[in-house]
Amino acid sequence: MDKQDLIVRFAGEGGQGVVTSAEGLAQAASQVGYHVLTYATFPSQILGGPTWTQTRVSTSPVLSTGDDLDVLVAFNKEGYDAHISELRKGGVVIYNSAEFQLPDDGRSFGMTVDEMAKSTGNTRAANMVIIGAIAHLVDMPQEYLEQFVTKRFTRGREGDKEIIESNIKALGLGRQAAAGTQFKLQRLPDPKTPEGKQILVRGNEAISLGALAAGLNFYVGYPISPATTILVWMERNLVGKDRFVYQVSSEIEAITAILGAGFAGKKAMTATAGPGFSLMSEGLGLGWMAEIPIVVVDVQRGGPATGLPTKTEQSDLFKCLHPAHGDVALPVIAPGSVEECFYAAVTALNWAERYQGPVILMNEMAMAERAQNIPAPDLSKLKVENRKVYKGSNGYMRYEASTASPMPIPGGPGAYVANGSEHDAIGDTTHLPQRHIHMTERRFNKLKLLHDGSFESDNSRESIVIMPWGGTKGPALEAYHQLRAEGVPIGWNYTMFLHPLPPALLEELRKKELVIVPELNFQGMWSSILRSHGVKAESITQYTGLPFKVRDLVSRVKQKIQSKQRMVRV
Amino acid sequence: MSAKNPEYDFKWCPGCGDFGVRRAIEFAMQEWTVSKEVPAERNVVVAGIGCSGNLVHLLEGPQPYGFHGIHGRTLPIALGVKMGRPDLNVMVVAGDGDFLSIGMEHIAPQAARNLNVCAVIMDNGVYGLTKGQSSPTTNLGAVTSSTPYGKAEQALNPLDFYLSIGVSFIAGGFSGKPKDLAKLIVAGMEHPGFSIVHVQSPCTTYNDTFEILKGNPKKGLQPMMWDIPANHDASNREAAYKAANSGGWPIGILYKNTDRPSLDQQIDKLNQKVKPKSVQQLLDSYAI
Repeated sequence: MDKQDLIVRFAGEGGQGVVTSAEGLAQAASQVGYHVLTYATFPSQILGGPTWTQTRVSTSPVLSTGDDLDVLVAFNKEGYDAHISELRKGGVVIYNSAEFQLPDDGRSFGMTVDEMAKSTGNTRAANMVIIGAIAHLVDMPQEYLEQFVTKRFTRGREGDKEIIESNIKALGLGRQAAAGTQFKLQRLPDPKTPEGKQILVRGNEAISLGALAAGLNFYVGYPISPATTILVWMERNLVGKDRFVYQVSSEIEAITAILGAGFAGKKAMTATAGPGFSLMSEGLGLGWMAEIPIVVVDVQRGGPATGLPTKTEQSDLFKCLHPAHGDVALPVIAPGSVEECFYAAVTALNWAERYQGPVILMNEMAMAERAQNIPAPDLSKLKVENRKVYKGSNGYMRYEASTASPMPIPGGPGAYVANGSEHDAIGDTTHLPQRHIHMTERRFNKLKLLHDGSFESDNSRESIVIMPWGGTKGPALEAYHQLRAEGVPIGWNYTMFLHPLPPALLEELRKKELVIVPELNFQGMWSSILRSHGVKAESITQYTGLPFKVRDLVSRVKQKIQSKQRMVRV
Repeated sequence: MSAKNPEYDFKWCPGCGDFGVRRAIEFAMQEWTVSKEVPAERNVVVAGIGCSGNLVHLLEGPQPYGFHGIHGRTLPIALGVKMGRPDLNVMVVAGDGDFLSIGMEHIAPQAARNLNVCAVIMDNGVYGLTKGQSSPTTNLGAVTSSTPYGKAEQALNPLDFYLSIGVSFIAGGFSGKPKDLAKLIVAGMEHPGFSIVHVQSPCTTYNDTFEILKGNPKKGLQPMMWDIPANHDASNREAAYKAANSGGWPIGILYKNTDRPSLDQQIDKLNQKVKPKSVQQLLDSYAI
């Protein structure tokens, strides 16, 4: 059987082309119809530092970054040393021989990448030299690559032609260099071009696009890894009439400014990461109390405190579910793929408008920076919701009803005080016990408006299921497919709607013998939440700052099932 | 709250300076809505936490919208309201603790942006609602419940501070003269940029400064307040610094700079240079 995918890791120092090579390979491969997924991890510094990226190319949709490397591209000795152990048997190393030398070990060959690029007259074509060499290894036709280069560099600028020619030349040089060696991997089968239009986007871009598609018209933020890309995207694109985008002076300004805007009738959002999210706690409580639609994106990184700013983790879950003091439980949506990032953002804005309060949208470092081909969203099929606006006369009791009620907007009738203190029907501060009861119940009642979240259920007759959340969905789904293929009796459940959980899903989960939750934190946060809902859930945890490997998940799920069966026998 | 609300259970102490500020704001709002021919609901009052913030619930007459948020964050909330809806008139009401202590970090950014809102600050030199702790404007050495042996830090001169960070309209006021104060507030609202009307609004329970401010001829006490003379050049920064640092409490418009565009004007200008892409165009830019 032909090999169905190709996994390439690029390792070196920041600035050596580690990122551009991975993305170049992904762009080239997706251009000709392959499915692609990239992974990047950065050092927390501007220049230099050890960096690595990974690109997986496949004939079917890619779920995870892939465990074992077919090709390691080492830009320096440190990169080689750190990653060589992950090269699969029969894999190939391409190294930059201008930086270091390797003995003739039967699996490595060197190229003077920069010199070769220079000889084409385009020093920036180094990544094309590498891609050309990889293309030879898997027999990817040269025409595919030339097609990509022509499309990529036809930008209607003077000099396009020279750039295209030099890049094609660079591809050829890399291909020749590889052909001069005895190395060869299995041929990558021809792509099965996905049906319908595809786009290649990163997770944070998908969130930004989804938010705009849902009518976002107010965004402020403060730079913080790994959420900064949303801010800079918005600064460039959320422009024009009746829109506002701004870099404010702190996360406290960000949360309170979007509250002001949401109160004034705007669809407002901010994005941050752990440290900034902590600063937003009090403001999120205010949004819940005063009933203001806003969306806050938390792009998780390793925590606590400054933690691991450029590594991935799923450890903000407790914080996102209960970010503020007092009786608060905010809606939380955690997408599990780049495609879901787009639709999660649409739903987050819709939910905020519908229940009139803050909605938390959780992303994570590995998915924020992951580029992946996804079906282009069809905007004509999107359902965009707008809050019910009060249109009656003055003297309106804004907070009277026992659930969400039409919201007056400044400039229109029904002036009231949006109040963060406990308040009466018109918004004046009160301390009466019966009012606190009424208002607390009103606020929680509104969550019932959000019971429309979808969920996945596969092999639902199985009494043991795997149920990941967030970005762990990809590797978990791949592990699930492998387990089923091996005959392991296990089912699958998944939702991105963590709160409120779809009631039918909760009902299903409560009937299970065991719900296995793989998650990237120490405390096993999601299984702990599920147990509080009466679900027999146990976690498989990892806290390395890196995503799960499929292989590890497969073996740890088996262990869990075995220990469960032993217990049953006893 | 235009009519008496039996559920609303907050009261200012008898004689509180904030009563006068409330009257002044009612006068100013009335004049604003009549002269500008805008209905009350096109005005938004963003209130801080503390005695002064409760003003938003106590206004009489046609009701503006109100936002009674969290401690110290009136300015960024006002930033959101104003930049979301530049057509609205946005006023901030806060006390010296809310505005100058916990909220201090938000003043300089709004000054740099020249955010077009008017902040009316009620300064009583004490934390009233928490029963008498020292605030940034409490005098050095003052004995309060949180400084039982005397306050160790010097009092902030708010007018000098506002000048130093570039607030484009600064006035000093006194709660005991609501009609005069109303004129200053209207001038602040009319100013196309960030305006602060800093009002001495004494706390009759913990820091009664009425006598000090007004003076008492019987006791030979000179008034601390003084009127900024008619010939003061408010566009002159040096003259404003001099007035802010000449002792006592100046009443009137200290500084006014109308040369700077406000943030909303600045954004309008930038927006004229850029052509927004539709969501479909943005999606297409990622097409494979």
